Amino acid sequence: MNRPVPAAQDQSRIRERVERGLRRRYRAERRFRAYGLAAAVSGLLFVAFLFLSIISTGYTAFVQTYIRIDIRFNQELIDPEGKKDTETLRIGDYSGVFKEALREKFPQVEGRRELRQLYGLISDGSAFDLRDMVLGDPRLIGQTRELWLMASDDIDQLVKGKIDRKLPEDQRVISDLQLGWLDALTGEDRVERRFNRVFFTAGDSREPEQAGVLGAVVGSFLTLMVTLVLSFPIGVAAAVYLEEFAPANRFTDMIEVNINNLAAVPSIVFGLLGLAVFIQFFGVPRSAPLVGGLVLTLMTLPTIIIASRAAIKAVPPSIREAALGMGASQVQVVAHHVLPLAMPGMLTGAIIGMARALGESAPLLMIGMVAFIADIPGSLTDPATVLPVQVFLWADSPERAFLERTSGAIMVLLAFLLVMNAAAVILRQKFERRW
Amino acid sequence: MQTSSLILALLVLTGIAYQLGRMRSLRVAGGARGARKLHSLPSYYGLLTAIWCGLPALVVVLGWQALEDRIIAGQVIQSMGGSVQELAPGELSLVLNDVRNVVAGNVKPDAVMPEIAVAALRWQRLDGLSRTSAAVLALCVALAGGWITLLRIKPTMRARNRVEQIVRVALMGCSLIAILTTIGIVLSVLYESLQFFRFVPVTEFIFGTQWSPQLAIRADQVGSTGAFGAVPLFAGTLLISFIAMAVAVPVGLFSAIYLAEYASRGFRAVTKPLLEVLAGIPTVVYGFFAALTVAPLLRGVGERLGLEVASESALAAGLVMGIMIIPFVSSLADDMITAVPQALRDGSYGLGATRSETIRKVVLPAALPGIVGGVLLAVSRAIGETMIVVMAAGLSANLTANPLEAVTTVTVQIVTLLVGDQEFDSPKTLAAFALGLMLFLVTLLLNVIALKVVRRYREQYE
Repeated sequence: MNRPVPAAQDQSRIRERVERGLRRRYRAERRFRAYGLAAAVSGLLFVAFLFLSIISTGYTAFVQTYIRIDIRFNQELIDPEGKKDTETLRIGDYSGVFKEALREKFPQVEGRRELRQLYGLISDGSAFDLRDMVLGDPRLIGQTRELWLMASDDIDQLVKGKIDRKLPEDQRVISDLQLGWLDALTGEDRVERRFNRVFFTAGDSREPEQAGVLGAVVGSFLTLMVTLVLSFPIGVAAAVYLEEFAPANRFTDMIEVNINNLAAVPSIVFGLLGLAVFIQFFGVPRSAPLVGGLVLTLMTLPTIIIASRAAIKAVPPSIREAALGMGASQVQVVAHHVLPLAMPGMLTGAIIGMARALGESAPLLMIGMVAFIADIPGSLTDPATVLPVQVFLWADSPERAFLERTSGAIMVLLAFLLVMNAAAVILRQKFERRW
Repeated sequence: MQTSSLILALLVLTGIAYQLGRMRSLRVAGGARGARKLHSLPSYYGLLTAIWCGLPALVVVLGWQALEDRIIAGQVIQSMGGSVQELAPGELSLVLNDVRNVVAGNVKPDAVMPEIAVAALRWQRLDGLSRTSAAVLALCVALAGGWITLLRIKPTMRARNRVEQIVRVALMGCSLIAILTTIGIVLSVLYESLQFFRFVPVTEFIFGTQWSPQLAIRADQVGSTGAFGAVPLFAGTLLISFIAMAVAVPVGLFSAIYLAEYASRGFRAVTKPLLEVLAGIPTVVYGFFAALTVAPLLRGVGERLGLEVASESALAAGLVMGIMIIPFVSSLADDMITAVPQALRDGSYGLGATRSETIRKVVLPAALPGIVGGVLLAVSRAIGETMIVVMAAGLSANLTANPLEAVTTVTVQIVTLLVGDQEFDSPKTLAAFALGLMLFLVTLLLNVIALKVVRRYREQYE
């Protein structure tokens, strides 16, 4: 207090310096704040860009181009001897049927090369559709019907505008001739885009237009069932033990450290474990949902244990004490009071663990779930693949049409994840009690 | 009998045992009125009976399942005579595969060698025998266990204590699975790695700079001698992880600061969950995004600038991996920043500091240990990330620091070495396990350090 008071001149100089400093400091403040906002916004932009890029390439996977054409179920081709039994009808030349229809539609086309291009308009898979129609109703033989047949993948891509028709002919997969035929068909209103049912009802295929996600969805479902059935009870039991029964000693400490570390072990290491232990040592069949589920169980256990422990911890001690005071045993306290009260939290943890398991693919590559599997798996030991691995497989395929199907499969996968996470949020909001 | 129907039968038996045990306890106590004389509630007697009926039988079934295949295979090999027994393990497994295929009906018996058809027939017979005996044994064990327990029920029997004892042991068993998993990982990876180090010395693996795991199939083949120097893989992993962290740490940290210190309640409520969406997206989606959107974009930009960008550049994979890790860094940093006591901030404001000065000079230094721990966890995640690099990074082992070139990583090599059919005795397959061992050790080290740092930091302010 007894420092000499600076002269008025000095004071104003100090004030000037402070104000200059303040301006600088406020500028720095605004800058810092802008960095923060930019970071947060760029994070949001990443989210938006990711979703936009996936949806914009993927939404076309849900429609498929069909071509209307008059099909004559020529007996000569299907059942030349007129036997009409299922075995004969099954092996009939159905691709001949639609090829004939195409020839009749464009009678001027001649020569092997041109004919091959003409046949290329329609998907080879149409033969199976025709066969199934005839098997369902053998009276069709000999009749003529106007049918919508699936277009081949390249035609489909052109109609969807994914192939630039202005490119010179040698740079696009569709020839000028095919363009001409397609335009003629379009002019007669014979080309239409319809909902792609095949995408949701078929297994994998080498032909993009015949490939669907159902096999992968079923595989994912079976795998997740195994994971849920194993990891939820085991995880809850382990959490109960650690929270309610475990003595506080070094052994318990070791278990805890272990669980925390396992939660951060790269998922691919679990794949190595599965390969060496389950497949090599125990002889569980490769590529099967069973072994996939086992590996994912080990991977999700730490998540479920940690979430369940938090849920158990949230149950107030007074409830335990009241039950103990009424003469309940420790196991009864847990079974009758703690578990029911902690259940919503545990279920939330389980759903989040399952969502993680659903999106996981790296460990499943190790245990052979990357094979090409066209059939829809029917049991836990059938070879199967899962949705994310299907995405991986399709992303590797060279055909252009698989690009949109990969994005489509990703959208299906994200939809499942969205539903699961929404369920977790709802469960938490509806049942979580604050004490 | 199929295993599933056997297990179903056992479940039904267990249910019956529960009812019988309950009824028996009431009977020995002299009817419902005598229930007071029982040591435990009747349901505990039922539970005890059910446990002794179901548990041992289930153990028998599962144990049988685990060993059945090997024993049958051994029997079949023995029956096929000396010439087959002396085959090398690889050829032996081929023969066994043939037999299995016939057994499973994938191959018609008349399409294979007669010895194999005979062996398949023998296999089928043994299989049937084994299934029947498993079923008989399991049912006998179940009946015996239930029966003995039933006979021992007395009013003074401490059924509840016994059941609870079993429950406790079961609970502990479940928590031991975590330890068993760790032991399983270490043992399986270590065992195969040691096999690998018999082919390739450890020093060559860790310090060698040549990686080309293609092995000569014929002795006179040119150009594929197989080199297992993992330095290029480590370098590639580090490069991609470094790029990822260079994206994730600034963006994650700054958005955490903004959300924790500046943002309005509404902005925070919308932005935080949206950023966390990034953490929930499967990595295969990021891989697809990196390979089909980001990589061509970078190539295009590079061409404009006159730079040569590889189509599988480290930059594309690293950038996308960084995006994936943003929510990881930001949510951890957010936790740490909000854990700094308000009193520290108030003190700083009281001295006239602006908000950013308070954050830079008070909050961040106070939260630093926690943030460093979080970043270490994020690094460990980046190192172990697989799908993004498998889909967007290259396969060729380049020793380079140029992010525009293609590099390969440890995880990519593990996947490429192990996908597809592999023999377990070739160094090529075993190399994947050696890489897995390295990966496990490094991430374990990072995790242990990070968890310790985070925990100590949390305790500091609690």
